[in-house]
Amino acid sequence: MTTVDYSPKPGAAPVGRMLLAQTAFETRMLLRNGEQLLLTVVIPTVLLVLFSAVDVVAVEGPGKRVDFLAPGLLALAVMSTAFTGQAIATGFERRYGVLKRLGASPLPRWTLLTAKTGCVLVTEVLQVALLSVIALALGWSPHGNPLAVAALLVLGTAAFSGLGLLMAGTLRAEATLAAANLVFILLLLAGGVIVPLGKFPGAVRSVLELLPISALSDGLRSVLQQGAGVPWSDLGVLGAWAVLGLAAAARFFRWE
Amino acid sequence: MNPVPAVEIAGLVKRYGDKAAVDGLDLTIARGAITAVLGPNGAGKTTTIETCEGYRRPDAGTVRVLGLDPATQSAALRPRIGVMLQSGGVYAGARAVEMLRHTAKLHAHPLDVDALVERLGLGSCGRTTYRRLSGGQQQRLALAMAVVGRPELVFLDEPTAGLDPQARRATWELVRDLRRDGVTVVVTTHHMDEAEQLADHVAVVDRGKVIANGTTEELCRGGAEDALRFDGPPGLDLGPLLKELPAGATAAETAPGQYRVAAPVDPSRLLATVTGWCAASGILPERLSVQRRSLEDVFLDLTGRELRS
Repeated sequence: MTTVDYSPKPGAAPVGRMLLAQTAFETRMLLRNGEQLLLTVVIPTVLLVLFSAVDVVAVEGPGKRVDFLAPGLLALAVMSTAFTGQAIATGFERRYGVLKRLGASPLPRWTLLTAKTGCVLVTEVLQVALLSVIALALGWSPHGNPLAVAALLVLGTAAFSGLGLLMAGTLRAEATLAAANLVFILLLLAGGVIVPLGKFPGAVRSVLELLPISALSDGLRSVLQQGAGVPWSDLGVLGAWAVLGLAAAARFFRWE
Repeated sequence: MNPVPAVEIAGLVKRYGDKAAVDGLDLTIARGAITAVLGPNGAGKTTTIETCEGYRRPDAGTVRVLGLDPATQSAALRPRIGVMLQSGGVYAGARAVEMLRHTAKLHAHPLDVDALVERLGLGSCGRTTYRRLSGGQQQRLALAMAVVGRPELVFLDEPTAGLDPQARRATWELVRDLRRDGVTVVVTTHHMDEAEQLADHVAVVDRGKVIANGTTEELCRGGAEDALRFDGPPGLDLGPLLKELPAGATAAETAPGQYRVAAPVDPSRLLATVTGWCAASGILPERLSVQRRSLEDVFLDLTGRELRS
């Protein structure tokens, strides 16, 4: 039988190495999870291809159908990963004691949260690349300032992450699973992703415009479809959601 | 050696609502030994251990682990301790070896993962994800994760719960190897035999307090004397036997045909007297055994209650 020398030699790994390892590990866990891939890759891709090809929803604005749809589905991709996927995964990690056990490891909590953010960003880069390639193949001609697009994606990620972590850290895992999926469907339909907000009555519309998904899809559309400048009001809405969501998550998140 | 004890707990109180899970608990745990925290479920073992691990803040009293306050100096403490929770702690979709390898990466000088995998027989788990591992495999993985960072002090919360006897022994063997190499081990259990077999020191916890504390030897020595048991025909007259033994001796038929004899004499003399009496009476004693006082007896003496598992 193998003998192992257990004589103590304790020490935390350098924090950069821990961060890298944790990010890589979380990303591997996410990409292995079939339900997560359905949510983050399959649904946005199918919706993009389907609604570009078939005239079921009346799109708005200049250009082809795909020019309206691609920005909305980029917004959906951000929501699926930063909010729905992250909430469900984190909720179950909490339920199975993963977060608790990591709390006794050398990994600092901020490093764990940074790693989760890193995992979300890596996934989003893959999603954006995939959706962009498909949209371009469908004849998409994006406009506008790439930096404005990046700012929208980053603030949108922060807003959805805060809300997702708030849900995962306060509700039971099963409740998070149900609620996160329900919110995903509702916001998909009522957040300007594939159905233009102009289709809703004025009063409803002005409320819907304050949703983070609406701000993100509207902002991306104004830049990518219409070639507008920096959409400050949409960035403002996303910024407010980010501050509220992350502050509430920091305040109410329970690790066990 | 090192003057700071592994764990020093003084007057620890932890309440959940109105109920005090830990109620004025004092305990000092020496370095380099295996200490069992023994008690029935709900005695406050896990709450005590989790306070040492930094998960709970004391409502009163002080806790020092390796001289540090787990509530406020957790960043300095965490790399030096290894933790095995009662259950869980692993990503549901992670494979055993992959999870262990990742845990190792969080430490500066981890053990060789391949050797540890082989030592604990986790290699056969292959590509199976955690949620599909057997209970025993999950326990072994959690144990491996607790020791892979080469900690000075390891907390194991019910490490053998639900294991078959063979797996239990393998776990005990690893715990003894840890002691051999100078690691301090604190293990909670509600199994008397586990504490007796494994621990150098035992702290018996009941209703949130330490009610007895010492080496296994010390705990079993105090109080009642050793006893001899044997089986024979039912309804024997034990009076003549008692006359051959010194004052204070007791003899009783504990169940039909089962006898227990205790006397304040050397066990070998007791044995000689009983076998001599049996031979003279034409009885063949069966299943004759001399029994040391067990931790179970200690617990019964202290609490008058059964140690429920």
